[in-house]
Amino acid sequence: MPTAADIAGAVRSAIAEAACTLRGDVREAVAAAAETEPSERGREVLAQLLDNARVARQDRVPLCQDTGTVWVWVELGEDAWPGHGLQPAIDAAVAAAYRDNSLRMSVARDALGDRSNTGDNTPAFVDITARPGTGATVHVMLKGGGSDNASALAMLDPAAGEAGVRAFVLETVSARATGACPPIVVGVGIGGTFDSVAKLAKKALLRPLGSPAPSPAASALEAHLLADINALGIGPAGLGGATTALAAHVMSAPCHIATLPVAVNLGCSAMRSVTIEVP
Amino acid sequence: MTEPVRVCLPRDAGLLRTLAAGTHVLLSGAVYTARDATHARLAAELERTGELPFGLAGAVLFYAGPTPPAAGRPVGSVGPTTARRMDTWTPAFLDAGIVATIGKGARSERVREACVRNRAVYLAAVGGAAALLATHVTSVEPVAWGELGTEALVRMDVRDFPVWVAIDAEGHDLYAEARAEWQAAGE
Repeated sequence: MPTAADIAGAVRSAIAEAACTLRGDVREAVAAAAETEPSERGREVLAQLLDNARVARQDRVPLCQDTGTVWVWVELGEDAWPGHGLQPAIDAAVAAAYRDNSLRMSVARDALGDRSNTGDNTPAFVDITARPGTGATVHVMLKGGGSDNASALAMLDPAAGEAGVRAFVLETVSARATGACPPIVVGVGIGGTFDSVAKLAKKALLRPLGSPAPSPAASALEAHLLADINALGIGPAGLGGATTALAAHVMSAPCHIATLPVAVNLGCSAMRSVTIEVP
Repeated sequence: MTEPVRVCLPRDAGLLRTLAAGTHVLLSGAVYTARDATHARLAAELERTGELPFGLAGAVLFYAGPTPPAAGRPVGSVGPTTARRMDTWTPAFLDAGIVATIGKGARSERVREACVRNRAVYLAAVGGAAALLATHVTSVEPVAWGELGTEALVRMDVRDFPVWVAIDAEGHDLYAEARAEWQAAGE
């Protein structure tokens, strides 16, 4: 049965891993794009990103100077209830990991008013849900400001349908992607409620690139979105080309009969996340 | 592959304004890191005294907040942050003598116009290539506002630091033009 300390330990090791080591599936996708990208400038950008991953791993330095805010999603099994003290334990793990790995402190004390730096990259942004089985699944994502700033949410009318969803995703990527460090991973949440649709979009970024979509409908929409996005011409680093996105991932959920919530959370080319099973 | 143009600052600052959007440049010499909080303070100084402090007229600003030193290098990782967030202040800074800015992402029409008016340029570096870019930083020297942490104003000496001219002194915008070119190619 996992304790708060076990979960915090997983967070601490996940941060070190995510900050300095490019996810294997993302590296493979960037390498594949470098083979097919028709723009010379685009290929040079992709070559820099592959070099960057090599330097970061060899020298244990961060892939990106924006080592992000820490999002921790803990899925607790039926036997696991770590009780009070989970948030402080996770915050202590974040502070230790950021100090020990020489990562950048990027958290402002309050969005309104006192925007001074908290100095230890806390608090972590923590979500806790229940799942069947035993143990806990701990997902850790380091989210940069640039790609989060380029994200958006809309409450569409159901009449807008899938066409409306496609238009909103394309509009968001078209307007903001150059600041999100393309080639991006596009997380799309559809359904749920105003607050939960953003979480769906974020969770979609955790799925390994190249793995199957959650449903045939999601799979078809993902293919349409990826084709639409890569026809925009934005390209690697936004400097022109055919590789604007490495993938589009869709997650859908039930919703009110009157709503069609849609959220787009962009993941940058470093797409830093690690998932750890805690027995 | 088109050969990149080597630019040594401050000697070749004048050369920058002759380079067309899209030109690949390897930059050497001093640049000054400045991002959101730093810009607010520089703007207050400019407002108060009528000029940029710390002799920044003629300098290059790099929109970046590095990680601490690591791997025997003066910074662990350093790459460009989103330039759009500085657009509010940039025209006044270019008017006050900044010759070039380094960042990532497209910028406002007001910044493009200020580049033309001042014969200044905007240079794009690759966002997310910060570990690699840090290997091109040879030394850092704090200039001011250390209490801002990663947002402090720091002089950073770079060697062969790879960038592209994204807005040239004639006002050509690589983000708009390259996108249009490849969008057309994709249709």
